[in-house]
Amino acid sequence: MTGIYIHVPFCKRKCPYCDFYSVCRPELYEDYTQAVCRNIEAFKGRDIKCDTIYFGGGTPSVLSAEQVDRIIDTAGKCFDLCQPEITLEANPSSVDREKMSGWRKAGVTRLSFGVQSANDRELGFLGRLHDFSQAKSAVETAAQVGFRHISCDIMLGVKGQTLESLWDSIESITALPVDHISAYMLKIEKGTAFDCDEMRNAVADDDMLCDMYLQTVGQLASKGFLQYEISNFAKEGGKSRHNLKYWHGEEYIGIGPSAHSFFDNERYYCKSDVEEFISDKVQSMVVLEDDPDKAEEYVMLGLRLTEGIDIGKAEELGGKELGENIRKKAALFQKQGLCVVEKGILRLTPAGFLASNSIIGELLW
Amino acid sequence: MNENNIRNFCIIAHIDHGKSTLADRILELTDTVKLRDMEDQLLDNMDIERERGITIKARAVRLNYHADDGQDYVFNLIDTPGHVDFNYEVSRSLAACEGALLIVDASQGIEAQTLANTYLAIEHDLEVVPVINKIDLPSADPERACTEVENVIGIPAMDAPRISAKMGTNVKEVLERVVKDIPCPKGDENAPLKALIFDSYYDQYKGVIIYCRVKEGHIKAGDTIRLMATGAEFQTVEIGYMGATDLVPVGELHAGEVGYIAASIKDIGDTRVGDTVTNAAEPCAEALPGYKKVNPMVYCGIYPADGAKYPDLRDALEKLMLNDASLSFEPETSIALGFGFRCGFLGLLHMEIIQERLEREYNLDLITTAPSVIYKVNLTNGETVFIDNPTNYPDVANIASAEEPIVNAHIYTPSEYVGNIMELCQDRRGVYKDMKYIDETRVDLHYQLPLNEIVYDFFDALKSRTKGYASFDYEMMGYAKSKLVKLDILLNGEVVDALSFIVHEDKAYSRGRRLTEKLKENIPRQLFEIPVQAAIGGKIIARETIKAMRKDVLAKCYGGDITRKKKLLEKQKEGKKRMRQLGSVSVPQEAFMSVLKLDE
Repeated sequence: MTGIYIHVPFCKRKCPYCDFYSVCRPELYEDYTQAVCRNIEAFKGRDIKCDTIYFGGGTPSVLSAEQVDRIIDTAGKCFDLCQPEITLEANPSSVDREKMSGWRKAGVTRLSFGVQSANDRELGFLGRLHDFSQAKSAVETAAQVGFRHISCDIMLGVKGQTLESLWDSIESITALPVDHISAYMLKIEKGTAFDCDEMRNAVADDDMLCDMYLQTVGQLASKGFLQYEISNFAKEGGKSRHNLKYWHGEEYIGIGPSAHSFFDNERYYCKSDVEEFISDKVQSMVVLEDDPDKAEEYVMLGLRLTEGIDIGKAEELGGKELGENIRKKAALFQKQGLCVVEKGILRLTPAGFLASNSIIGELLW
Repeated sequence: MNENNIRNFCIIAHIDHGKSTLADRILELTDTVKLRDMEDQLLDNMDIERERGITIKARAVRLNYHADDGQDYVFNLIDTPGHVDFNYEVSRSLAACEGALLIVDASQGIEAQTLANTYLAIEHDLEVVPVINKIDLPSADPERACTEVENVIGIPAMDAPRISAKMGTNVKEVLERVVKDIPCPKGDENAPLKALIFDSYYDQYKGVIIYCRVKEGHIKAGDTIRLMATGAEFQTVEIGYMGATDLVPVGELHAGEVGYIAASIKDIGDTRVGDTVTNAAEPCAEALPGYKKVNPMVYCGIYPADGAKYPDLRDALEKLMLNDASLSFEPETSIALGFGFRCGFLGLLHMEIIQERLEREYNLDLITTAPSVIYKVNLTNGETVFIDNPTNYPDVANIASAEEPIVNAHIYTPSEYVGNIMELCQDRRGVYKDMKYIDETRVDLHYQLPLNEIVYDFFDALKSRTKGYASFDYEMMGYAKSKLVKLDILLNGEVVDALSFIVHEDKAYSRGRRLTEKLKENIPRQLFEIPVQAAIGGKIIARETIKAMRKDVLAKCYGGDITRKKKLLEKQKEGKKRMRQLGSVSVPQEAFMSVLKLDE
């Protein structure tokens, strides 16, 4: 089954840490919506089965209920939608009851709020337009209008954040009616407003980030949010089906400027230019990889998940040498508490996730 | 050509004192090279030579000069290498000449290396003609330079030509001096052939080209020659003289002349510098004096950074050896570095040049081990072994005593730096012998130094302590007993053979500490904690710890954009290729090189 990712490249204001593509162009919302629909229609008649739609951004919540409805409606006409999970990322400062209720009616099943922290001082540092009381009320309202699946983002390593303040944030956020948490370690990306020495010195160092991460994994588990991916935690039935597709090596079609796709065994993306996206009849696509290395992807993506990888399958895909290398290195890493191997399944521990780039490198070569 | 009208001479000068510039001017003045063909510093035609301003290979050129006395002369200018590493080659070049131009920089005076070569020239009975160069410089003091020549060398210099090779001032006067002051060669044209090899190189088409000075007799193409040291015989294919840009074939070379021989020789090892060429049919009774086989003084391991390039490295070394009989190498295996070569060099400069040529001309990425001298180890069983590779250093229990090579070093320096230099020499275990004033402001400091203390970075240290003003020269003295120990480096508990070295007991602790610190800086954090230790015979004397890497993660792989993750992996893969795997530790090339730069 295929997933559909729709990149909504608009923000009222750029967050200083974010390097995803977005612009502040409210006058383009409508043209953009039409372009999305056009692009969806391009797939009509191909009988593509699809079970997830994900509105990511940017800030998808800048779109009106009607615009979201039109896009979902078009998707329903062009794809074979099977009980779809439809997620929309929302900014606590750009939602109200009416809008959320409209999205719900349009078919959105899941909202993901960029809450980031329950501490207003930390929110200020992140340049967010909301405070925690606003976020809290947004989440509660979402639940009231019928959303059963609500996710919140939490940021680790914010300036001024301590293990205690992070603990408190998570206590407050998990007390809300949510079934999913994404906890990201702050990373200073090139070209963002945070990309300066002053900021680098102000945010948590690597050791602190590791401590925060490990604390968070434990704290969330105690609240019933089990880790299923490096940065994602869910209660029973709360995993994001759409995001799992990425790690399971399943297909997804990305629509919108900067959206990535993996479809027909090709990885490609649409250029980060909203005007071009609007003016092109069908979005132009830049191919990244044709027939990517299956074994490499299986290991690299699969190890992001707590379910891990089947060493036998990796061997099947990548050959005997790879299988042997994985077994040999995994035995070593297991002693260091970085992974667990059980019945041929290799899973990283939280400490292993923290060092996952290096571990994956070692396992692959 | 009548012997009376031949002049064979060389130029002795310190680096930067203008040897090559003067040579260029002479070529110009004698119309040997058309102006349009002039390339600056024609004689030094290797890139490295031009960049460093040094001559590595001897070279020769024939010039025609119409002198003021109305006669035509043939000059053979033999360009000698100007570095102590090539002392033997220098002595052979000198032996091919009757005279030497001694170039002295009017602003700097005589330097250590110049003096060493001048003494060498005098030993070979060469007529030394002083020339004061760079008189165009504002700081030039030709009078002082002349006085210095008289005081230090003891040859008359007051009427030395004062020139500016750069500006072309008075260069003709130098040529007239060559005619008047340098004796013509005297050799029996009818005696059996006796020719001195002063250089050779490999030509792809003609095989080895021998540069020689015919001392007695004559030679023509087709003659069968015998190389007396090796006994090898070859039929000559072509003989001739060295033009400025080409070899020029001639019918015959006679006593007194300088020229080349091509005889389809494949192995440059057959044509040793200093050997005598004679006619196989009518050989001379005995060879020319002074031949010796030169032995390497400094050794190091050379490994390809990428193990797969081992065959390329071997090919490159073989090609370099075609032109450099003093380079030696043999295969060596290191647990840490894999397959490589143990290479022997005449000295440090020679080593650097070979490394640089391998990297530049053959595009190889190298890992080199710390240079080592040859230690003499007397074993308890009465045997004596010579060790050029620290890895092979015998177990302490089996060593009765150890000896290391000692050199006699002369350092010429402005007197204000004497304190700094003494401190340096003290630190390098030098033994002070004496100090002489060359003039009011410059001194000659004489020290005995262990060679192993100067093979690392002595020259750099000397330069930095004297703002580049000091010059330095040394000669082997012999061996002296010494308290030597083998220092091992352990990574994660395992000895890294490529990092072991021999050091004096008193310095082992500080070396070990510096080295472990350097390695800690140069080895990236890995998935586990890595102890870095320095040990002498199992006893740990220094330790650092490379902490385990905790965080290396791409937390967010958003919207299905896995390209970042892939790029990261690619980078990792590339990085890993450049690392050496020692047990479970990945060690980058820089870590191996850091051992060479302990003073930084």
